Amino acid sequence: MSAGPAVPAGPLPAAAVRRAPGLRLGGGWAGFAVRRAGGLLMSMLLLVVVTFLIVPLLPGDPARAIAGTNSSPATLAAIRERLGLDEPMTTRFVHYLGDIASGRLGTSFRFDTPVADIVSTRLPYTVQLVIPAVLLSLLIAVPLGMTVGVLTRDGRRRRLGVAFGTVAGLLASAPVYVVATLLIVLFSISLGLLPSGGATTPSALVLPITALCVGPAFAIARVVRQETASVLAQDYMRTARGHRLGSVRLHLRHALPNLVTSVLTLSGLVLTSLLGGTIILENVFTYPGLGTEVVQAIIYKDYPVIQGIILVVGMLALLVNLLVDVVLGIVDPRTLDGGRRGH
Amino acid sequence: MATDTTVRRWRRNPSLLAGAVILGLLVVVALVAPPLLSGSAETLTDDARLGPGAEHLLGTDAFGRDVLARALVATRLTLLMAAAATAASFVVGVAIGALVHLAPRWLRETCLRLIDSAVAFPSLVLALVIAAVLGPGTGSAIVAIAVAGVPGFARLTANLAATVADKDYVLTARLLGVPGPRILTRHVLPNISGPLLVLLSSSFTLSLLDISSLSFVGLGVQSPQYDWGRLLNEALPSIFAQPSVVLAPSIMLIVTGVGAMLLGDGVASLVDPRTRGTAPAATGAADAAGPATPAKESRAPQAPGGAGATAGTEPDGLLTVDGLTVRAGDRTLVDDVSFTIGAGRIVGLVGESGSGKSTIAMAVAGLLPEGARANASRLALGDLDLLGTPPGRRLATEIGIVYQDPIGTFNPALRLGAQLTEVARTHLGTSRRQARRDMARALADIHVTEPERRLRQHPHELSGGMLQRASIASAMTTNPRLLIADEPTTALDVTVQAEVLRQFRRINREHGTAMLFISHDIGVVGVLCDTVLVLHGGRVVDRTTGRDLRRGTVTHPYTRALLAATPAAVEAGATLSAVRWTGDTTPAQPDGTPPDGMPLDGTPPDGTQPDRAPLDAMPLDGMPPDGTQPDRAPLDAMPLDGMPPDGTPPDRAPLDAMPLDGMPPDGTPPDKAPLDGMPLDGIPPHGTPPDDLSDTAADRPPAAEGSR
Repeated sequence: MSAGPAVPAGPLPAAAVRRAPGLRLGGGWAGFAVRRAGGLLMSMLLLVVVTFLIVPLLPGDPARAIAGTNSSPATLAAIRERLGLDEPMTTRFVHYLGDIASGRLGTSFRFDTPVADIVSTRLPYTVQLVIPAVLLSLLIAVPLGMTVGVLTRDGRRRRLGVAFGTVAGLLASAPVYVVATLLIVLFSISLGLLPSGGATTPSALVLPITALCVGPAFAIARVVRQETASVLAQDYMRTARGHRLGSVRLHLRHALPNLVTSVLTLSGLVLTSLLGGTIILENVFTYPGLGTEVVQAIIYKDYPVIQGIILVVGMLALLVNLLVDVVLGIVDPRTLDGGRRGH
Repeated sequence: MATDTTVRRWRRNPSLLAGAVILGLLVVVALVAPPLLSGSAETLTDDARLGPGAEHLLGTDAFGRDVLARALVATRLTLLMAAAATAASFVVGVAIGALVHLAPRWLRETCLRLIDSAVAFPSLVLALVIAAVLGPGTGSAIVAIAVAGVPGFARLTANLAATVADKDYVLTARLLGVPGPRILTRHVLPNISGPLLVLLSSSFTLSLLDISSLSFVGLGVQSPQYDWGRLLNEALPSIFAQPSVVLAPSIMLIVTGVGAMLLGDGVASLVDPRTRGTAPAATGAADAAGPATPAKESRAPQAPGGAGATAGTEPDGLLTVDGLTVRAGDRTLVDDVSFTIGAGRIVGLVGESGSGKSTIAMAVAGLLPEGARANASRLALGDLDLLGTPPGRRLATEIGIVYQDPIGTFNPALRLGAQLTEVARTHLGTSRRQARRDMARALADIHVTEPERRLRQHPHELSGGMLQRASIASAMTTNPRLLIADEPTTALDVTVQAEVLRQFRRINREHGTAMLFISHDIGVVGVLCDTVLVLHGGRVVDRTTGRDLRRGTVTHPYTRALLAATPAAVEAGATLSAVRWTGDTTPAQPDGTPPDGMPLDGTPPDGTQPDRAPLDAMPLDGMPPDGTQPDRAPLDAMPLDGMPPDGTPPDRAPLDAMPLDGMPPDGTPPDKAPLDGMPLDGIPPHGTPPDDLSDTAADRPPAAEGSR
């Protein structure tokens, strides 16, 4: 797919760009980039502000909250000094911004090591769960949902429809930590097939990734099925049937492209929530990713680590959203003009 | 009455019922379990780590407490926390989403952007921030999940309110000076309550599962309190020694999830009338109601009625439709319709919506919707039997179809080139390149500008009129024997209609393609068609000719009523819907003779303007519908042409014989109305075929023109 110039010379109004013939694609992408960059900046700012606010919002004296009620004045002073609590809020925020911009995320209270080091050690572990889970979810959801959608169109095969609705609904609504726990009981304890924790061998990844993608896969499959049913009822599918194509070509060539937009739009939401699921899931498998670390940091009030990890997880979520939008723009150029178009 | 419909609604909505039952049971457990089971759930005993057994169904934990009892007792705390969190996010979120619209513009935009940004993050991220601020605990988990749910409600409310705010009734209220907050509470919020309700039910589950997940990782409920998440958390360390301990809380969480999902689905379909069952429109519902109709119903040989019905149509038919009946479930959509279309002839089907005309067309094309079945003693295009399963290749190439709504007809996700050339590439083996070249030329022929570029565009980049012309050109690429046009002009502007009609006339003239032309507009049918079948309630009630329609010399009262209800009559106060033909009480006369004393409602007294051509009434032509030029062919109202009259009384009155040029009526009633006077291409309407068309004109079958 040819992508037009990604960065325009200036903030061109989308409508003006759209009207210029020949520039359509580039104009669409330019407008998209402008709009998206604005939104991205806003989201990042929100993320930075929210993580910054963790310390000032601590009830009572933040230093005392961190150090504990019985700490000596000297300790409190040291903490105040270290976090710059005596400076005005704006100064602290500017420092915080500057630190983040230069990649410094502070120093862990517990380990006395730079947060950046902790994050960069643990991030790859989390990513190696998330990416396969995202891909697997889509690879399961789209063919499954479409097949069931085609088979049950117009109220055919009612039993299959009900069976799929029940099973997929059950799997889609089961929380990830419950699925993970039950998978451990089944595959690690009863069958003894797979390890129940750690990240030392590839086989240790099988259960976490499976647990992670079951919910999203079936949640998306349900939507794919519904969308397939509604696409098949469209006039253009009758036109395509009038072309007397084979079943495979009819559905893959004419129905599938029309599913992609709504499915991807929804997937963006499901996949960001998958990111949240990872944080919880890692605790089931005592997996050395960001999730186990952030939970420990909250319990031990290691605020710099909390801030650093939430920043990174938030950024990952924004990245997933951006990726979804870019893919949407490539498959369905109409979405470039006005954000996402759902069902 | 009200309760009756409520009961029926619930019965028709099994997922709502099941979800409500499951959640209702949970509420009962939450109420009953703590007083009854607290003892076995919380008393420390020596029976530690028992397996499942008769006394303890799911065994005991490390302190000898009954596992099942603990899970049941924990229901109360779990549900209460989820309810509190959901209620808080609902109230705060809806308030923010609604109040945003009362804020000044800059503040509103900023807030909306902020809400959008917040929704982009997983809710757990925000929850972790709150948990970090407040520290682990029951209260902080509730607040954390409540705060995390706020952006979702705020955004939904803001978006819905924005759509409702543009509605007429809100604008009216605003113009009447109703104050902003009152508009919100009286007009906006009630109208967006449906989707909010759906979000509320799904949000409750999410809150429940999220709070449990916080408890599960140790950030929520702390010992000695316990909710399901906490129970799972405590079971995990001993999972190898005693895996059954995780079962109870897991099952409770899954059951709740399923219950809430079912309830959410149910509420969604309750709120959204489009969902479930009703979606595939009437046919699907009818199919579901009674799929009892035998699939193959071999009809008895046509009774005299059938023979009579065939009378008055063309002999040596190319398309033969004999005794066509279409049923959907127990409804009969088309009842015993027979007609033939000779080579090069145009047969029109006219009638009000629901009269079965489109169903006939789709039965001929083999594209009936799911659940509708066609039976006939004969349904054939030449040697091609359309009743069995004819080869797709022959169907695709021998029948061209133009549909009503050009925008819905094209696949929005595919480029025009791919769609327009698909039949040629798939069934004729034409190479991609050649097919595109052919298509570009065909588009250029029908005055589509920049055809090469159009082929690379998506449908939404073209106008409806241009799409419809492209669709006609595409239907003609395989040089089909029959062209089916199903209300091809209905969705178009009047001026565009004329151009599209011209294309049909041109195709018929140049290629000799037979056509089945469907329209509810009797004027359009009269202009274009040789023979016209008037349909009502799935039956043919009249057979007439385009010429009679144009001259107004139709005799059948229903047809006359239809004619009278064309726009000129509408101005006089009659409407098409007022035309009521009680065909059930008086059997239709197949030969079109009006039965005596035909009951006919709402028809203005007839005979006053018997000769008026219906299309005079075309709104854009600026002609007085005075009927002073009785023989004028309707489409002469066409404003586009400006062609000089050629003086030759045409066999078919030329389109360009136009009212605006003051040409006197030539006195010869045109046999067909004149679409061939293509104004846009500057081709003289008659006599010598223009150069660029001569090749096609040469192999034109003689039947195409002037056969009378």
